Amino acid sequence: MDNIIEVSDLSKKYRLGQEQRYYTLRDSIASLSSLPKQLWGVWGNFSEILEKNEFWALKDVSFSVKRGEVVGVIGKNGAGKSTLLKILSRITPPTYGQARLRGRVASLLEVGTGFNQELTGRENIFLNGAILGMSRQEVRRKFDEIVAFAEVERFIDTPVKRYSSGMYLRLAFAVAAHLEPEILLVDEVLSVGDAQFQEKSLGKMREITQQEGRTIIFVSHNMGAINALCNRCLLLEQGQTVAFGETAEVVTKYLSSKRKSVNNIWKIPKKPSVPFYVSKMWLTDENGKAISQIEMGENVNLNLEAKITQEIRDGVLAALVATEGSPLLYIYDTDNSPELRRKRRVGKYFEQVLLPTSIFKEGDYTISIMIGHGQDNLTDQNCEISFKIVNTKRDLTHLSFRKNRLGFLYQETHWEVRQLGRQKEY
Amino acid sequence: MEIIIRPKSVFNLDFKEIWHYRELFYVFAWRDIKVRYKQTVLGISWALFQPLVTTGIFSIFFGKIAKIPSDHIPYPLFVLTGLVFWSFFSNSVTAASQSMVASENIIKKVYFPRLIIPLSSIVTAGLDFLISFLMLLLVMVYYRYFPQFTSLLVLPVLLLTLILTAGGIGLFTSAINVKYRDVRYILPFFIQIGLFVTPIIYPISVILDYRKWLLILNPLTSVIETARALYSGKPINYFLISLGFAISVVIFSLGLYYFRKTEAFFADVA
Repeated sequence: MDNIIEVSDLSKKYRLGQEQRYYTLRDSIASLSSLPKQLWGVWGNFSEILEKNEFWALKDVSFSVKRGEVVGVIGKNGAGKSTLLKILSRITPPTYGQARLRGRVASLLEVGTGFNQELTGRENIFLNGAILGMSRQEVRRKFDEIVAFAEVERFIDTPVKRYSSGMYLRLAFAVAAHLEPEILLVDEVLSVGDAQFQEKSLGKMREITQQEGRTIIFVSHNMGAINALCNRCLLLEQGQTVAFGETAEVVTKYLSSKRKSVNNIWKIPKKPSVPFYVSKMWLTDENGKAISQIEMGENVNLNLEAKITQEIRDGVLAALVATEGSPLLYIYDTDNSPELRRKRRVGKYFEQVLLPTSIFKEGDYTISIMIGHGQDNLTDQNCEISFKIVNTKRDLTHLSFRKNRLGFLYQETHWEVRQLGRQKEY
Repeated sequence: MEIIIRPKSVFNLDFKEIWHYRELFYVFAWRDIKVRYKQTVLGISWALFQPLVTTGIFSIFFGKIAKIPSDHIPYPLFVLTGLVFWSFFSNSVTAASQSMVASENIIKKVYFPRLIIPLSSIVTAGLDFLISFLMLLLVMVYYRYFPQFTSLLVLPVLLLTLILTAGGIGLFTSAINVKYRDVRYILPFFIQIGLFVTPIIYPISVILDYRKWLLILNPLTSVIETARALYSGKPINYFLISLGFAISVVIFSLGLYYFRKTEAFFADVA
C-alpha cells in the first residue's frame, strides 16, 4: 500500500455567523435580542440555536494520493478547495471524517507568511523558514541558495519594507521553494507577481515535482499550471467531489461546466471587502448596444464599472481574453494612463477599452478581470463574461482560419508561391 | 511520521509536539525583541525609564504627600519592588492579549501549536523584567539593604508564581480577544484596577484583617510581599508563598484550558 495521503469522508461545517470578521459587544448590543446568544456563545455550544445558519463547506470528500503524485484541486470559488487545503494543513479541524498523511507536511497557502516589515531580508529568511517548519540549521544550509534564487544579494541586510514589491515576492517565494517536505500543499501562490515571476515560480514548481518522491496537492484557478504540473485532478463543487481522475479529463469537464454558467453581463452579487473591485462588466458594439455575439472581423467594447472604497496606490486592473483556457490577450488599464498606477481616488469609475476582437476567429471566448494592489491579488475569480464570435458572411471552407483548425487568429495572409524549376531538373 | 487529522479534542496536550516546535518559540521571541526598539532613540533604556519615572512620581505623591506607610522600608525602594514585579505582569498580559490577533495572518496560513504565540510574546516582558530587576538590586544596595540567604530558594518560587499567573491570564485574554475585540478596551481598566488591589503602593499590613483575605487570593500579593520580606528582615510567610503558588497554578490551568478549548477554531473566527 503506497498511499501517502488518505482522505475519508472529510467534512467541514461552518456557521454563517462566522463569516463576520469579529464581534464586539457593541455589535451585540445593537441587536439586543441576540445578546444572550452571543454571550452564551462565549462559552461555546450554541449550535442548537444557530442550526439554521449552517452550511457545509466540505462534505464527504474521500480520495487518496500515491507517493510522488501531483494532484490538482480545481473548482469555482466557494467550492471548498481552500477549506480542504486548510484541513489538510491542520489550520482548521474537520467536523467529521479523517485524513492520514504519511510524511512531513509543509503548507504553502501564501508566500511570505509572517514576513516582518521591520526586519531585514536575512532576518526574514530565518523567520519565515521557521514558520514554514524549517530548522535553523536547514535554513543556514540553504541560505545562499535562497538569496541567489531571489536575486536580492545586495539588499539582504536592508529591511524588507524598503524592498520593491517584486523583490519582496521573489524573496518570499525563494524561502518557500526551498522547503523539503514529503508532502507539499500549495494554494494559488503562482497567481501573484508579474509574468516573469510566474514563469520562474512555475519552473521551480516543475523542478520540485520532478524530484523523487515529492507529493504535492495543488489548488489553482490557472488551468495552464494545472495541466502542466498535475497527474490527477480533483474537481469540487459546493463542497462535494464531482470528479477525480486524469487531469485532462477533469479539466475539460470543469471548463465545460463553467462555460455554461457564465454570461454576457456580470454584476457583483455582494459588496466585497476589498478596496478596489469591479461591480459590473458588459460588452457593447460601436453603437453602445449590449451584445454577446460578434461577427467575425469586428471589434467590441469592454465596459466596466469599478469601485474604489479607499485611496490606493500601485493598483492595476487587467483584462484577460482567453479561449478554451488559453490566454490570448492581456491588457492593463494603466497602459496609456500611468498616473493611475500612482494613485486612485475613492469613487466609482467607468472604464472602457476597445478589444481588437477582429483578429480572433470563430469560437467561444471569455474575458476575466484581474486586480492587483501592490503585492495583493484582489481578483474576484467569478468576475468573468463570455462572448461568441460567429461567422455569418464568409465562406471559410478552404481557408486555414476556419473554426476547427489550429490557431486562434483570423488574419488574412498572403503566401507568395513561386516555382523555382521543374522537377525533372533535380 | 504519520499525521492523523480528526475532529479536535481539547484534552490531549501534545508536549512532544510543542518541544518539536521550540525553535519557532525562540524565533518569535527573537523577532519581538528585535522589532520592539527599532527606530527608537532610547532603545532598551525604555525598560528602565518606565519603572523609574513611576517610582519617582509615586514616591512624591504617595510617600511624601500622602505618607502611606511602607513597613519601615524607604518608600522609593518599597514601591520600586512592587512595580518591578507588577510591570512584568502587566506588560506580559498586555503583550499576550494582542499576540493572537497580531498573528492572525500566520494563524490562517500555517499550522503549529498555537500556544507558542502568547507564550513567546511574554519573553519580551521577561527581558524588561531582568533589566529592571538588576536596577532594583542596585537601588537596594544604595539604601544598604541586602537580601537574605533564603532568597536563593524562595525567589525561584516567586518567579514561577509570577510567570504562571501572567501566563494564565495572558492565555485567557489572548484567546478571548480573537473573537471579542472588546478585550483591548477592557484590559487597560483591569490593569489599572489591578495596580490598586495589589499591595504595590501600600503594604498589606495596613489592610484590616477580614479584608486581607481578599488581597491574599491575589497571587501577586504573595510575590511582592515576600520579595520585600527577603531584604527587609520581616519574617517570611511560607503559608502565603504556598497559597500564592497554588492559586497561580489554578489560574494557569484555567487559562490553558480555555485556550485549548478555543484554539482549534481561531483560524475560522479571527
